[in-house]
Amino acid sequence: MIDISGLRKTYLMGEELVAALDGVDLHIERGEHLAVVGPSGSGKSTLMNIVGGLDRPDEGTYLFEGEPVADFDDDELADFRNRRIGFVFQSFQLLPRLTALQNVELPMIYCGVDKEERRARAAAMLERVGLGSRVGHRPNQLSGGQQQRVAIARALSNNPDLLLADEPTGALDTATTIEMLKLFEDLNAEGLTLIVVTHEQEVAERAKRRVSFRDGRIVSDERSAA
Amino acid sequence: MIKRADLAGFAIGAIIAHPMRSALTALGVVIGVAAVVMMTSIGLGAQQRVTSAISGLGSNLIVVMPNFGGPPSGGLARQAAGSALTLTDDDATAIAAQVQGVAAVAPSVRGQVQVVAEGTNWNTRIEGVTPPYLVARDLSMAEGRMFDDAEARQGKKVAVIGKTVVDQLFPSTDPLGQRIRVGDVPFEVIGVLASKGQSGIGQDQDDIVLGPLEAVRSRIVGRRVKGNNVQSIYVKAADADQLDTVQEDVTNLLRDRHHLREGEDNDFSVQNLASILAASQATVQTFTILLAAVAAVSLVVGGVGIMNIMLVAVTERTREIGLRMAVGARRTDVLYQFALEAVTLSLAGGILGLLLGIGGGLLMAKVGGWPVAIASWAAPVALGFSVLVGLGFGAYPAWRAAQLDPIEALRRE
Repeated sequence: MIDISGLRKTYLMGEELVAALDGVDLHIERGEHLAVVGPSGSGKSTLMNIVGGLDRPDEGTYLFEGEPVADFDDDELADFRNRRIGFVFQSFQLLPRLTALQNVELPMIYCGVDKEERRARAAAMLERVGLGSRVGHRPNQLSGGQQQRVAIARALSNNPDLLLADEPTGALDTATTIEMLKLFEDLNAEGLTLIVVTHEQEVAERAKRRVSFRDGRIVSDERSAA
Repeated sequence: MIKRADLAGFAIGAIIAHPMRSALTALGVVIGVAAVVMMTSIGLGAQQRVTSAISGLGSNLIVVMPNFGGPPSGGLARQAAGSALTLTDDDATAIAAQVQGVAAVAPSVRGQVQVVAEGTNWNTRIEGVTPPYLVARDLSMAEGRMFDDAEARQGKKVAVIGKTVVDQLFPSTDPLGQRIRVGDVPFEVIGVLASKGQSGIGQDQDDIVLGPLEAVRSRIVGRRVKGNNVQSIYVKAADADQLDTVQEDVTNLLRDRHHLREGEDNDFSVQNLASILAASQATVQTFTILLAAVAAVSLVVGGVGIMNIMLVAVTERTREIGLRMAVGARRTDVLYQFALEAVTLSLAGGILGLLLGIGGGLLMAKVGGWPVAIASWAAPVALGFSVLVGLGFGAYPAWRAAQLDPIEALRRE
């Protein structure tokens, strides 16, 4: 599904050029559950941004289902994020003014789904993540774990090909983290491709495949026996 | 593609999320639009009143007045109209006899007097005139009759009164044949003028007593008007085409009669109503434009207020913008959302301002007695301008929002 080769990205940090990605090759199949690990500044977030279509590489190719995402213009990237990718962030990034249901509706609004249909789909999605009774709550009326479930429902609402989770459990306690990992495993079992960026060992261990980054390069790529 | 209704929903949602802030932001536009509407209404009202006041004097009318607008004489400041009386009955007679194309010539003196009848007091205007006055001023009788030439010449003490005077002095009795005391002089009421209604520069045209020129001049305004002087001569041209030639002929005749040499200034003025009207309208219009321009400045200030708050909103909602982009908002979606928010604020302010302006105008008309006329174009222009202000001042903040980098925006605390 994803074919990345020779990816490079440099940033200007003050007066110094920092190579966030320094020649990365990566191939990901549909249905994989992948953990990306590494210390901060190793380039894993930069890779996620490029894979998610939030950023473009300086060099290299990125094919998503054969499409050259690196060559997309701003509007094509927006539509790509809208239809193909679901994002889950460490800080949830829910809009505080909106109810859980309205937050989940958001991606569907940007691709013009009718009001009734998106309401129904959003409600079904919240049901799926176990928040069927919380549709009318605003983010500040929900616990951290519940907020992250809303965020996951939102990420899934447009039936993306790929779920990108950046430190999804970073703001959650251990019990909630375990719930969340279970949810991810269930979703993966249903066929959803999943990439989780994390520096928590237990989170990484639950993934079927672990890719480690250091200084903008992949230093190891191992799969669980199971 | 996002639906338009959903974009509008985002804009309205953001506005009602901060009702107080939104209200204060729109307030600038409310005040600006209200001020523009009110100022143009007052200007237009004044213009209409001036027009009706002047045309209410009579059609095809030329007014001859002594020394009006002439240079200061004897080193004194410019004298008030009628203060140096250089016109006489004979001038009026000469105009009637010698100028072609004249329908009526009416000399007049006037004053302010206390009128008493049946123990009731009323302060009103009195005008001493001759019978052609009715024709010159486009007046007609409602009851009774006008005094005739003989009565006018003999200075008989008879009076024709306006409707307001009737209402004040004879609320329940027939005024015809009644005696009234004008100042200290008894007059007999022989006629009532047909009502011309409330008009003029705040002047009730029905609040008047007409008496024979001779009687009024010698017995009532005698202290100010001596001999056979008059304060004005109304000359009505037979038709509008002859207005200019009549005006010129009257001027030449009077210069001749007053023995003015070549190059010497007129000791009288001859003005036709059309030119007076044009001049006054131009003055009022200038004032209207000035008022509207000052009011428009406040509209611009209102726009700056919108821009200010929108810039704050973009900064405050940077993370929201980043999130929207991450879930698939195009840059144009973000641009339209914020531009629409600014336009909605401004338009809401404009609608409120329009209502407030109209209400304020009506209030001024009622309480202050100002002439107020709400222009038919006030609503579309006011609302059109609010939309333009919203677009103009919302464009930059919206563009800033659309140019944000989603990664940076999501990271912002």
